Amino acid sequence: MRASARPWTNSANGSALLSGAMHELSVTESLLQVVLRHAGAGGAVRVVSVSVRIGALSDLVNEWMQRYFDYLSRGTIAEGARIRIERIPVTFRCDACGDHFPADPRSRETIRCPRCASEAMTLATGRECFVEGIEVV
Amino acid sequence: MAEVRLIEVRQEVLAENRQEAGDIRARLERHRVFMVNLMSSPGSGKTSLILKTVRALKDAYRIAVIEGDIDATVDAEKVAREGIPAVQIRTGGACHLDAPMIAAALGELDLAALDVIFVENVGNLVCPAEFDTGASRKVVILSVPEGDDKPLKYPLIFSVSDLLVVSKIDYLAGSDFDLEVLGQRAHRLNPGMQILPLSCRTGEGIDRWLGWLGAEIDAFRKRKG
Repeated sequence: MRASARPWTNSANGSALLSGAMHELSVTESLLQVVLRHAGAGGAVRVVSVSVRIGALSDLVNEWMQRYFDYLSRGTIAEGARIRIERIPVTFRCDACGDHFPADPRSRETIRCPRCASEAMTLATGRECFVEGIEVV
Repeated sequence: MAEVRLIEVRQEVLAENRQEAGDIRARLERHRVFMVNLMSSPGSGKTSLILKTVRALKDAYRIAVIEGDIDATVDAEKVAREGIPAVQIRTGGACHLDAPMIAAALGELDLAALDVIFVENVGNLVCPAEFDTGASRKVVILSVPEGDDKPLKYPLIFSVSDLLVVSKIDYLAGSDFDLEVLGQRAHRLNPGMQILPLSCRTGEGIDRWLGWLGAEIDAFRKRKG
């Protein structure tokens, strides 16, 4: 990606990117701060990779996070680090029988517990946005 | 060549924002100021609802409004015309309000002279869901013309909100918007979320909204009293 004060407009399709990718920009800024703080505290010379867990409910797009990270990390010890994103699937816990099961909340179909068919459930996973660890030298 | 080693981080990406939001919440509790974060798409009626609410409640409570907008002061001017303090945050392209922006806005308000703050977040169903602002309650507004499928497309915001306001119900007649289907879709993400249909134009449902606010403010004061 080329240097630009506003990377999100550095495209023929600038206005669409502005609305679509600003989200990743601010989350990635926070991610970089977390990474640099921990790398610095750990005496790292360079960050090789960053492992992140992101819930499937989040609209964060992997490619944009990497692009913004590449841009924002220039001149820091995290420059060139690869972001490894593990997507955490959405799972629910049945309020009636306690069964824990995966389901797609974007589905138009009614979601029912696969064990007892109840429609009362609580989101168990899928909202994560978590830095697991960093690989450094 | 140096060996690659692993540093365990195990920390929320937005931990810093969350911490600042926690500081804001504590500060507001000290001043006994109830803050509510209103989130929705552009054009769903956030400003109309705020104006309607301010007119109904400004004799009962000392109210201020924090307006988030990418680059305009139109909404803040409308609010200021009601004679209440309004702080405009121009996010300069950012698509949501975060805790540091709210902290800065609170610095321009006299908290000792306030009971309630309405935060009008940037019109967007994606980003505001991720960023805690320090508000006591989060409200998502969905207008009837947007369709009852929005919880399918933007599940996160429906999963984090305390209340879903369905606005512009005067458009329900002749539309295929199904309140019951919306309720099912929203409740599977967030079983405890209340749903309040209303129309700022006809006034239908406004009393229930004001009732919800009043009860929340009372509960907030009792908790911290």
